[in-house]
Amino acid sequence: MSAHLLVWPIVLPLAVGALQLLLGERRRGAVAALGAASCVALVGLAVALLLRVGAGDEPAAVYRIGDWPARYGIVLVADRLSALMLLLTAVLALALLPSALGRRRRPGGPVQPLVQFLLMGLNGAFLAGDLFNLFVFFEVLLAASYGLALYRPGARRVSAGMHYIVVNLLASMLFLVGVSLIFGVTGTLNMAALAQLVPRVPDNTRALLHAGAAILGIAFLVKAAMWPLGFWLPRTYAAAPAPVAAMFAVMTKVGVYVLLRLSLLLFGGGAGAASAHFGAGWLLWGGIATVAVGVVGMLGARELGKLAGYNVLVSSGSLLGAVGLQQPAVTAGALAYLVVSTLAIAAFFLLAGLIAPREDAEGASLLEPYDPTGMALYADEDESQAGLPAPVALLAACFLVCALVLAGLPPLSGFLAKFALLAPMLGGGPGAVTLFALIVAAGLCTVIAMCRTGIQIFWADEDWVFPAIRAGEAASVVILLALCLGLTVLAEAPLRYLTDTAAQLHAPAHYIRAVLP
Amino acid sequence: MELVLALAIGVLAGCGVWLLLRPRTFQVIIGLTLLSYAVNLFIFCIGGLRTGADPVLRDGADLSQYTDPLPQALVLTAIVIGFATTALFLVVLLASRGLTGNDHVDGKDGTP
Repeated sequence: MSAHLLVWPIVLPLAVGALQLLLGERRRGAVAALGAASCVALVGLAVALLLRVGAGDEPAAVYRIGDWPARYGIVLVADRLSALMLLLTAVLALALLPSALGRRRRPGGPVQPLVQFLLMGLNGAFLAGDLFNLFVFFEVLLAASYGLALYRPGARRVSAGMHYIVVNLLASMLFLVGVSLIFGVTGTLNMAALAQLVPRVPDNTRALLHAGAAILGIAFLVKAAMWPLGFWLPRTYAAAPAPVAAMFAVMTKVGVYVLLRLSLLLFGGGAGAASAHFGAGWLLWGGIATVAVGVVGMLGARELGKLAGYNVLVSSGSLLGAVGLQQPAVTAGALAYLVVSTLAIAAFFLLAGLIAPREDAEGASLLEPYDPTGMALYADEDESQAGLPAPVALLAACFLVCALVLAGLPPLSGFLAKFALLAPMLGGGPGAVTLFALIVAAGLCTVIAMCRTGIQIFWADEDWVFPAIRAGEAASVVILLALCLGLTVLAEAPLRYLTDTAAQLHAPAHYIRAVLP
Repeated sequence: MELVLALAIGVLAGCGVWLLLRPRTFQVIIGLTLLSYAVNLFIFCIGGLRTGADPVLRDGADLSQYTDPLPQALVLTAIVIGFATTALFLVVLLASRGLTGNDHVDGKDGTP
């Protein structure tokens, strides 16, 4: 079991998803129980992996499929960063479980198996040790995400989903072109072997290698939604069902994860004078532009879903800029910000779904003047609870916590993460200072946008009767925000782990030696 | 042979991009298909072109007489995945046609 620990996070969701498909729609209890068991087991596996690689004596756990040597066979590698991302994904899936199960009254296709396949693709992408398997797992997670984004299709959802699919198919083709260019120059796709080969590439083919890496990078930047490649994101996420959009919060982070890994492994300080820090400037200024666009979009958003979508852009842009700076302290802060912002954005997508249910009020804009006929929809749904303050108070409290974490205001974990991200940027070059200023400004604008929306929802509209709160989704929101609060109290151990992770990423020799002994 | 292949890839990719930018969903899917042909050919030729060479090794053979088998394995995987995702996209295209009543990519027909 412990020898095969690395392959379980991929095999388990695959098996469970297949089994759920066989069980079908009628045995919902068994399907739900299987899904819950799988999510719990994935959290357990991720914790076991994290403890194993965090112990220090073994910097990266390597699993050779079929026991072939790494240069020829397929390897799965789990270092500290992979283990962290696995844990984040598993925890998010587990926290979103109540909201997915709470919806089972309404039939609408096999959601649970798709979630399992999405988890399989995500875990595989975090564990893949070579570029081609990264491509395969990306396709697995994208195929599952197409199905989830189109769950219970309406005209708006199908149109947004179609754009999403076309953009991602194109990005996958760029991915393949980049992979084959890199293979043509170096003759290998194993990431550790590539890291060894990059400093030794002859000068006449180095330009080709850089072109391949740049094309590959564009494919990931589409996923990470860097401006101007992220135009599809707010629309798709706003149109997707709330629990699905919450799960998608981790998907932009996959792009950031790969960019972080590849830029530090292949083009870190040890890549030789010609290739060191290749693309770092693009990531930095692209991230800055993304934050700026996200802030403008956030201030102009007229729907809660879009507001959450632009929050994703801001978070993604901050992370990309931080990756572009390539300093260990900034990377550690960026990882903390990645974890906290993923949890908070997921909670915010769920809250948006609770406050303005999308199936009922497609495209309802909250900042319009009060419209009695539109609001009658909500009153019908929930006459028994009308005037009850408890659910509204719960939602408002969650909204407040969410806003504090997203804006990075003290005393919650959003502040700690932003502080860890921003403090090392001071005293850097002009790019670092610009990014610093923009992230601070983005925090302020988040406060403005969230305040305005909160006032419109909770105070301004006296006649607005809240829709019935679905217990499952409320439970998910509370779990996610409790995690954010827990990270505030117990910040020390995670931050130490993240500092070690960043140090390991910036000194990839251990990773290379573990994969290619 | 290299020149012919390069021209073929270029023409396929060019047609694919042009079709991809058209407003009808059917043109978009044909464009995506052409682009994926171009990408598959590109992967296939990245290991170097060679006529009549064997990718599977036999004992005691001269390695220089063999063609690189890895791009062939890669292209096989890419073809399978590309085919599957295109089929999926076709379903979405039909759903969009059924829901909106036209085949414009934005779901509303603004152009004549």
